[in-house]
Formats: sequence, structure tokens, C-alpha cells
Amino acid sequence: MTKSDADLLIALAGNPNCGKSTLFNAITGSHQHVGNYPGITVEKKEGSYNLNGTRLRLVDLPGTYSLTAYSPEELVARDFLVEERPRVVINIVDASNLERNLYLTMQILELGIPVVVALNMMDVAANRGIEINLQALAQRLGTLVVPTIARRENGIPELLEATVEAAGDQRTWVPLDISYGPDIDPVLQRMQELITAAGFLTEHLPARWTALKYLEADDQVIQRGQQADKELSRDLLELAAEVTDHIRKTLDSYPEAIIADHRYGFISALLREGVLVEMNRLDRLYLSDQVDRVLTHRLLGPLIMLIVLYGMYQFTFTYSEYPVSWLEAAFSHLAGWLGRLLPEGPLKSLAISGIVDGVGGVVGFVPLILFMFLAIAFLEDTGYLARAAYMLDRVFRIFGLHGNSFMAYIVSGGIAGGCAVPGVMATRTLRSSRERLATLLTTPFMNCGAKLPVFAMLIAAFFSEHRALMMFFLTLFSWSAALLLARLLRSTILRGPSTPFLLELPPYRLPTLKGLMIHTWERTWQYIRKAGSIILAISILLWALMSYPALPEARKQFFQDQRTALLTTVPQPMQASITGQAPLPEAAAPEFHGARARWRQIDREEALARLQRSAAGRLGLALEPVSRWCGFDWRVNVALIGGFAAKEIIISTLGTAYSLGNVSADESLSLSERLARDPRLNPLAALSLMVFIMLYTPCFVTLICIVKEAGSWRWAAFATVFNTLLALLVTAAIHQGGIRLGLGG
Amino acid sequence: MTLKLLRYLNPGEIGIIRKVTAEGELGRRIRDMGLVPGTPVQVQGRAPLNDPVAIRVRSFTLSLRNSEADFIHVEVENGS
Repeated sequence: MTKSDADLLIALAGNPNCGKSTLFNAITGSHQHVGNYPGITVEKKEGSYNLNGTRLRLVDLPGTYSLTAYSPEELVARDFLVEERPRVVINIVDASNLERNLYLTMQILELGIPVVVALNMMDVAANRGIEINLQALAQRLGTLVVPTIARRENGIPELLEATVEAAGDQRTWVPLDISYGPDIDPVLQRMQELITAAGFLTEHLPARWTALKYLEADDQVIQRGQQADKELSRDLLELAAEVTDHIRKTLDSYPEAIIADHRYGFISALLREGVLVEMNRLDRLYLSDQVDRVLTHRLLGPLIMLIVLYGMYQFTFTYSEYPVSWLEAAFSHLAGWLGRLLPEGPLKSLAISGIVDGVGGVVGFVPLILFMFLAIAFLEDTGYLARAAYMLDRVFRIFGLHGNSFMAYIVSGGIAGGCAVPGVMATRTLRSSRERLATLLTTPFMNCGAKLPVFAMLIAAFFSEHRALMMFFLTLFSWSAALLLARLLRSTILRGPSTPFLLELPPYRLPTLKGLMIHTWERTWQYIRKAGSIILAISILLWALMSYPALPEARKQFFQDQRTALLTTVPQPMQASITGQAPLPEAAAPEFHGARARWRQIDREEALARLQRSAAGRLGLALEPVSRWCGFDWRVNVALIGGFAAKEIIISTLGTAYSLGNVSADESLSLSERLARDPRLNPLAALSLMVFIMLYTPCFVTLICIVKEAGSWRWAAFATVFNTLLALLVTAAIHQGGIRLGLGG
Repeated sequence: MTLKLLRYLNPGEIGIIRKVTAEGELGRRIRDMGLVPGTPVQVQGRAPLNDPVAIRVRSFTLSLRNSEADFIHVEVENGS
């Protein structure tokens, strides 16, 4: 065996929900998502396996129902088969749902690639009283057929042996010929001859297949044909138009439909005479259907859904609380350690305020996101997510969205307190690009976990009488904003008919632990990679913006002098307690507490002076002419600029910017109290600020995800510019309206 | 033997698909799912807001919007 022979390229193809990903994981053990939702595998995944010295390179194609050119998944699958010409396709077929699954098999066979059929879910089929004559099926299909149960890793060695055997069999592709009846066959024959004679696209595609695609009006193939040979392509289109016209007149149908009918006819003929014996067909209610009677019940269904979502939040927040606090502790420990280790100066400031605080803020979210992903993976793999989409589609359709947009909204903080990053990633379950874009552009409006503390603080400061009401109002506001903007997008730049819904409701299944783990970890790792690659740079940049240009020496000296002066009033042993290097005992005399407060006040004043002088401070000041309309001064502007990196930075920046309060002994005043006392702020300004924070640009990590998921920088740029403009407009309207109504206080 | 649109099939009632009038992408999606003439279908249930509808076809459950079901003509045993 030569070296090249030892490397076999194998593709895995199959319908969504047929257990393809489970099988792929079982063979390669690779990190690969196992979903129960149609079309979750959008990317091409590779893995390898060594069988007696033969290296199998396995590529997991996206799950598709057919090989047309409508969805990106189908195009990916088809292009891979045609361009890469794998030696064998392992076609995973759900034995409990044979007819529909074989529809894809037919199309692969028509391409002529050697196929091994993995007849999966044999256990489910047996439970349902389905008997399949494997030998007869193999004979009629002309392929090897291997029974498997991917969940239990049954039948995998046999499958791989069969694959290697099929790879040895043949090097040339032998396409399957199906008769398409008296209307199609003659013209198909004629077209096939023309194509063969001209060698038209034949290096990649079987002649009959190309002819079929012309009859099916397949845009991609026709476009390719036009580039290869304009004249022949035109002739073929003419032939196709002729027969289309004829079929329309005589049968009131069109070639594509006739072709599909014959494919299914071929399949049912193939399964006749004892190949497939089914005890029950339509009228038997399986356990899954009985569960559905309750879970999608008119009244119970929505109620149970609310409980499930509540449970998901409960689970996520309860269990992530501990690791989140551990991480916080670890980072503050690290900051403390660095604080003692490094000498005073810009390096220390960079390490602590820039890197540790910035990166820590984002990494601290990882446990939360991990649990969120785990919860979604569970709902997805059990099949519940498809039911949620089914129940809610009617509502979301009004806004030009899809039933499944719901999950993205919820994960982003639809009930308050999620994260737009997994939310944007959750839009992957949407197959149609327009609905998907509309969802991922609007989902950042939801009130994520980083916006919540800002809201909580402002509400506590200005609306303490109506906390719950205010929070409810904000939730309602964010939903309205997201849905209305989605509607707007769908009737302008994302205009177009809604993509067909046709959603399979897969049988409920208990997810495998392995599947859940791989699934959760893969997504979490993606988040860490995405965030990690960029957050360090952004943290440093933001730190630099807020620290430079530095205070002139004279100003620094001014604060230093104040500190020295303060210390001289305190006896030597107490000095460490005043500067914060040692704890100040509660029982200490009031004047020491006063001195401690004064010390902190000096620190704050210096921080404020530094911030005001920094590039961010100047930028904030420069933006005042615009932000005035919304009632924001430069301090708020700086905080909002910080929020671009991560929304939780808003709070800490506001803390610095509003550090100047009363110079009295009440140094323990919380930020919320300080804000409430600040004469520049009032309830109207606070409301404006909350609305602005809700609507303005998604944070940087979310933007990175948008780039990845939407496939272009332009959408991320759009989200930044458009959302910020929208926020400005809405907030200015609220603020100016409020002032006119005399609410400006 | 009466012909009616899939939308009007009662829950539990079995109908045989006789005609699918959708073209383009919708038509292809419908066919990909095995909804071709001669196929028996049964309405399993409806979403809380009456739309989409869940049907059982070829031993799996499929949901589709009412507007999509309107392209599918089915024949029922006893005219109802």
C-alpha cells in the first residue's frame, strides 16, 4: 500500500437529526457539536481515524434534507462532494424514518460517489415495529449497508471496515440512473448526449446530473454552465424551457416536482416486497407524540415553556454564582499581588487597571456563559427548542422573524440578565439568512447581565420607590425596541419574503452526556477564544485612553502635597491605616476615620483629574455638544465610551467620574447615593441614560461575534453606527420631551 | 372522497396528498420533506396560536405554517 492510498478522504452526509454528529463523535472522538435541531452543523468538521494502517480523514458535512442549492448548508455539502471528490460517502440514514432519509441517498447516488449506508437508530426502529431486510436493501441500493446505533457506539468497527472496502472497490463514479417518466426521460437523454459530446462540466459532474439540474432550474449549476460554454448552456436552457412548458400545459406541474415524485416513487418501489415492514404507520402515537400533547398544549404549552425558561435562568445563575465569585476572588487576589510586587508607576497601573481588571471582567463571565450554553445544549438536544420555535413562530413572524429567534432573545437577556454573546451565537439555529441577520442585529438590545448592575444602581438612586416597575418597564422597552427594529430591518435592508418554516419536530431524546459536554465546551471555548484574542488589546487601549495624557507633574505634586499634609496630622503608628495599607479599627477615634475619608477623597479627586485630562475625558468633552441633547455631560460620555469595551466598565467609570461628592465624613456613600446627590443628575437624566445604555452599540466582544456569525465586518459596523444613532435619537426625544413636560427638575 | 387544503384537515384526520402547488424554494422544501402526491398525512396538533400546524408524515413530525399548508391539497376518505 502506498502512502497516498493510506489516506482516505471520507465524507459523512445525512439528514438533520439522524445521529450524524453522534456518529462522527463516536468515530473520531473529536470536539463536535451534537444537535437535535435541524441544521445546527453549519461548519465543516474534520476528524481522523486509523484502521489497520489506513488513515481515514473524515469530514462531517452539514445535515441536509437534499442537495439543492437553496441553503448554505446544502451548497457546502454539495460543493464538497463535487469538488473534493471524497473516496466514499458514509450516508447516515435514520432507520426509523427510512423513506425521507433515502431521498438524500438517491441524490448522492445520482452523483455517482461510492456510498456506504449507515443504517442508524436501529434500536428506535425496532421499538417502533419497523423491520428492515438489510441484505435486500443493500442489493437494491447497490451499496454496502451497515446497521448502527451511534448513541451506544454500536456497529462502528463494521461501518469503518465497510468504508475501507468500498474505497477499494472502485475509483470511477458510477451514477445511479432513475427513470423520471415519459415526459422527462427523452429530453434528459437528449441533454445528456449533448453534454457528453461537448465534455460540458464533465470533469466534475456526471452528464445526467448536470442535465437534471438544468431541468430543476438549479441556479448554481446553470451559472457554472454559462461560464463554461455559453452556447451549449443556452441550448440546454431552451430544451428545459420547452419541456417545462409542455409539462405545465399537460400536467399543470413542472419538471422539478415530477422529478421529486419519481425519486420518491423509486424509493417506495425499492422498499416494497419485504425490504421494509412497518407494523404501524400514521395512527400510532409514540411516546414522543404523547409528550407533545402536553408540552405543546394550547394552554399548558406556553405555561410549561415559562417554567422551563425560569428553570434555565435559575440553573444558570445558581450554579454559576460560585465559580464566578471564585474567579472574581482570584482576579482581585492577582491584582493585590501585582500591587505589592510592582513599583508605583504606569506599569503597575497598566497591569492592574488595564490588564487584570479588563481581562478579568470578561473572563469572569465564562462560568455564566458555560452554564448558559449547557442549558441551551440540553434544550436543543432533547428537541424542546424546536417545540419552542413551533409555539412562538406566529408571534415572531409578525416582526419578520422566525420562531427560533426567541431563543437568541432569551439568552441575550430577554428576561433580564443573559449575555448577547451566546445570544448571537444561538442565532445559528436559524437556517434562513434574512431572519437570522435581523435576529442577531436586534438581540443586543436585550438587557444583558452587564447592563443590569448599571440599571440597578440608577434605579436605586432615582426610582427607589418603583424598583420592580422600572425594571419591568425596561424589559418591556428592550423587547419593543428589538422587535420593532427587526420589523424595520425586515422591511428595509433585509426585505424579502420569509423563508419557508417547515421545521421537523424530532422525537424527544435524552441527550448523551458526551454530546452535551462536547457541545457546551466547544461553544464556550469559542467564546473564550473570541473574547481572549481581542479583549486584552481592547483593555490596554481603553486603559491608555483613560490614563493618557497623564497629569502634569505639578498637578501630581499638588495631590501629593495634600496627602503629605494630611499625614502630618496623624501619629506615626496610625499612618498605615489612613493610607489603607492596614485596616482601620472600627474603634479608632473619629478624627482618624475623618482622615481616612479625606485620604480617599484625595485619591478620588486625583483620579477624576486624571480622567478629565485623559484622551477619553477629552473625547467625552468633545462629544458634549451632541450628548447635551440627551442630557449627558462629559462624565457620562466617558463611561459610555468605556462601555463600548464591555458594559460593566460603565459602572466603574461612573464611579471615578462622580467621585467628587461632599467632602464630609460620609465616605462610605455608595456610588448610587453619590449619584442621587449629584445636582447634575435627576430622574429624567437617569432614565435617558438607561435607555441609551440599552440601545447603543453592542459591546466589543458581541461585535466580534456578529462579525463571525454574519460573515462580514459590515454588519458589525452597522450595528455600532446604527444602534448608537438610534440610541441618540430615542434618548434625545425622551430627554427633550421630558424637559418640555417640566420633568427636568 | 373530497379534496381540501391541508390547513382544513381536522386533528387526527388522515388525508392523502394529491397536489402540491408551491413552486421555487418553498416547493422544493415541501418535497424534500417527502410531501409529494400519494403521501398520507395526519394532523397532530396546532401551536397555541393555531399556527403553525404539526403533521405526521412518513413516520416523522413536521410543522409548517398555515400559509405553507395552503399549497398542499389533500384528499380525505369521507367527505366531511
